[in-house]
Amino acid sequence: MPIRTSTVRAFLTCLSILACAATPALAHKPAASIPAADLIQPADFAAALQQSKTPKPLILQVGFRKAYAQAHIPDAEYVGEADEEDGLRSLQNRVAKLPKDSSIVIYCGCCPWRKCPNIAAAYDALHDLGFKNVKVLYFADDFGTNWVDEGYPTTKGS
Amino acid sequence: MLRSCAAASALGLLLLAAGAWANGLGDAAPDFTRTDFTGRQVHLADYRGKLVLLNFWASWCGPCLEEMPRFSAWQRAYAAAGLQVIGVSMDDVAAPAKRLLARQPVDYPVVLGDAKLGETYGGVLGLPLTFLIDHRGYIVARFRGEADLAQMEAKIKSLLAEPR
Repeated sequence: MPIRTSTVRAFLTCLSILACAATPALAHKPAASIPAADLIQPADFAAALQQSKTPKPLILQVGFRKAYAQAHIPDAEYVGEADEEDGLRSLQNRVAKLPKDSSIVIYCGCCPWRKCPNIAAAYDALHDLGFKNVKVLYFADDFGTNWVDEGYPTTKGS
Repeated sequence: MLRSCAAASALGLLLLAAGAWANGLGDAAPDFTRTDFTGRQVHLADYRGKLVLLNFWASWCGPCLEEMPRFSAWQRAYAAAGLQVIGVSMDDVAAPAKRLLARQPVDYPVVLGDAKLGETYGGVLGLPLTFLIDHRGYIVARFRGEADLAQMEAKIKSLLAEPR
């Protein structure tokens, strides 16, 4: 018995609708998966930045560019949203030639911590590359609330 | 005398800076004109006389996507009473925001924001971020992060009920 083209098309449409419905809109590894021992509180990091004797870590912002352009931690580099393929690749490229014992601090602050799509992806990527000296700035609310509003140092520009 | 002049100048500079970075309640909402994703001009000042809900969001922001269907429902429910919702996407480019809106349409205009617009609103350094702008064009409420939507709706209803 021949199958009509319209029947096949309707079947495929139903399948695609079901697939979309079954796929969560945003499936991110939660920030809570990052071990507490690797988190730094903003106040502690701000204090560490003031100390001229200690060598500065590489600071990478893994959130959205428009926030970075408005304000970021001095000397922080923008690498892009780690949840996106481009951002992740940019992060991997940035650290590709660094010794594995490099001190790296990453931060995002795009959204409330437990909803951040980027930070755990960036942390995992660095660990997968063999970096063990990675710390993560903990922003419970967002970068504006937990860093800028606290009066910690910022600079602007992309 | 010189000291008073210096203090007055410093205060003046501070006030100028505050004007440029409108982020507090009672500040005039910085005006802007942008083309929305359907090609229409959105000029904030054109909505004077309405209560404007200005929502900064992004396609990758989970809490933003949870709020937007509610904002869309409010746009339908309270439009006649004078509410106008405007969305400002802080995505790097329009494409992901447009794709998201194709899957999850909203009943209000959405424009692409930038760092400059963010700065005029005191810095959009975390999402979602929502402002309520009264019929005279002044910021009367600001909600950062995951807002209590019941509280936000109550505020909207009370503002819409105020005599003009």
